Amino acid sequence: MKNYRSLRMGKASFLIDKKSLFILVLLTALTFALIVLSLGIGQMTINPFDVIKAIFGAGTDMHNLVVQSFRMPRILLAVFAGAGLAMSGAILQGIIRNPLASPDIIGITAGASFTTVAFLALYSDRSNTLSVSIHWLPLASFLGAVGMGFLVYVLSQKYGQVAPIRLVLIGIGLSAAAQALTTMMMILGPIFTASRANIWITGSVNGTNWTEVLTIIPWIFLLTAILFFYARRLNIQELGDELTVNAGSLVQRDRLVLLFLSSALAGGAVAFAGGIGFVGLMAPHMARKLVGSAFGALLPVSALLGGLIVLLADLIARTAFAPLEIPAGVFTSAIGAPYFIYLLYRTRNR
Amino acid sequence: MRKVAVMIRTNRAKAFGLIIGVFVIAALIWSSIVLGLTKVSAQMVYDAIYHFDGSNEHIIIQDTRIPRAFIAAAVGASLAVAGAIMQGLTHNPLASPGILGINAGASFFVVFGISFLGLSSLTAFTWLAFLGAAVASVVVYVFGSMGSEGLTPIKITLAGAAIAAMFSSMTQGMLTLDERALDQVLFWLAGSIQGRDLEILLSVLPYLVVGWFISLMFGKQMNVLAMGEDLAKGLGQKTLLVKITGAVIIVLLAGGSVAIAGPIGFVGIIIPHFARWLVGIDYRWVIPYSALLGAILLLTADIGARYILMPAEVPVGVMTAIVGAPFFVYIARRGINE
Repeated sequence: MKNYRSLRMGKASFLIDKKSLFILVLLTALTFALIVLSLGIGQMTINPFDVIKAIFGAGTDMHNLVVQSFRMPRILLAVFAGAGLAMSGAILQGIIRNPLASPDIIGITAGASFTTVAFLALYSDRSNTLSVSIHWLPLASFLGAVGMGFLVYVLSQKYGQVAPIRLVLIGIGLSAAAQALTTMMMILGPIFTASRANIWITGSVNGTNWTEVLTIIPWIFLLTAILFFYARRLNIQELGDELTVNAGSLVQRDRLVLLFLSSALAGGAVAFAGGIGFVGLMAPHMARKLVGSAFGALLPVSALLGGLIVLLADLIARTAFAPLEIPAGVFTSAIGAPYFIYLLYRTRNR
Repeated sequence: MRKVAVMIRTNRAKAFGLIIGVFVIAALIWSSIVLGLTKVSAQMVYDAIYHFDGSNEHIIIQDTRIPRAFIAAAVGASLAVAGAIMQGLTHNPLASPGILGINAGASFFVVFGISFLGLSSLTAFTWLAFLGAAVASVVVYVFGSMGSEGLTPIKITLAGAAIAAMFSSMTQGMLTLDERALDQVLFWLAGSIQGRDLEILLSVLPYLVVGWFISLMFGKQMNVLAMGEDLAKGLGQKTLLVKITGAVIIVLLAGGSVAIAGPIGFVGIIIPHFARWLVGIDYRWVIPYSALLGAILLLTADIGARYILMPAEVPVGVMTAIVGAPFFVYIARRGINE
């Protein structure tokens, strides 16, 4: 066991091997580097040293303003939303034991989209102003995600068992229904709401403010903390139903808790950044390639990779076609689709 | 195959059922013309056709109600037959143009044409929809059948869902850049047959008719293939040719439907099951019954869509989703391999 280092904190314990630790450090460094780089790129280019100065408020007033007020919130949101979606996907792939599962495919994202667009449509008046505070919007998305997660879970139950295949299929069906209802909401609302809702559904971190960032960060941290207590159980879940029962784990109850965590993570991310597609699918796979499938290392590495993917997608989204802003979700889908195809090709012999 | 109670057993009764179906459709087409926000009488319909005088009622009858009724019938029949053939080819009870991404592919190509290429002719939309349907079905089929055990129901469903997600995300991405296009295609994207004129039906109808005709001839081949690919090959069937023919039918019917009405989901799933429940698993009967029942479902849904939020209309695609989702859940719970 020389290659492993075990971390223990009360009931939570992990084995993290040295290679994983190295990758974690490397990815963290990479994320910080990309954040600094991204903070400097835009209509006004700022070199990395000035960016670092500006982060600590020591740059010129102009630099401080651009970095701290304009770019920082958006970039942090990208990182945290990406991390949330990635962990959500990692959990789902663990409990469903299907490498192609992700919050988009089993309908969690569609559920969140539906409640969000319903919120925009129901609380906007003819002059396109919201009659209630926009701060309630995230709550609507979160409820949609968790509600959909539970609905899919409950409907997938048969003789007290939730078979992974049923979960996927029912998720796909309910997802299609939620999308139809979402489109109806967009049609019934004023066209302004529609175009705004459309950007949101595709996933974009454009126009983020600090309030949103400061709401998502504790959310993701809290859920991540709970998740770490469950990481070992997730390892057990991967073994399959028969073995898990023998291993003494309360499979069904754990599956429910894990599904709740997964929905809540995706819901939090979707609430602020919209339905950025395929991140929940891609990040855990890349992570599994880097550090193997033990969740102690898989979860943090997925989170970092998810953050990096959305960060990069957003950087491309706001620079490639400037001054046009394309939702970051279009780019994650554009990368995600070929990646998905590659995965299908790779898993062909399994 | 699970044993199901077949409702109609003898061939004579089945043929009689088809005739009844045709009468039901005729009655529904009539209702679709007469019912709605503007009250219309039989005399007015007759006058609108033979003594058109340019009055509002006559315009509504000629330009809206009549096209709409026939479009509902044609699209419903096409989607249901496409679904029946997809379920047979993939051995997947959940296969349908909506779930396997065919509708999303066709929609993506059409929106791409409107938004990026500036196309606006009906012919262009039609060909783009066929192209999109073809691309999506080939991609989904190829990726769904990769691997040692070949095409499995779960793999093709997953491949379809992912391809559908990808296409719809890219469609939405394009629409965010072009608000004008959004306005133009949003209603169409929800799947609707409101406000389509006869011209669009007539431009697509020849392809649909070809699709219907081939699929009616196709029942025997489908029966052989349904016994399993190895057995079908052993019996001398050219399975590849059968699959290609099936794909052509799906592209013609699903692509044509999307060109007319946008992506309408769930018709392709529900109807074939209902048809099999009525007449059993013989595709020579399942296909015509699917066509009739599909037309009946969409006509009914479209009439209902007018009354729920009157005077506003619910897109018929939303109606079929509301009816279809519980059914989908039921099929998924019953088990995909049974």
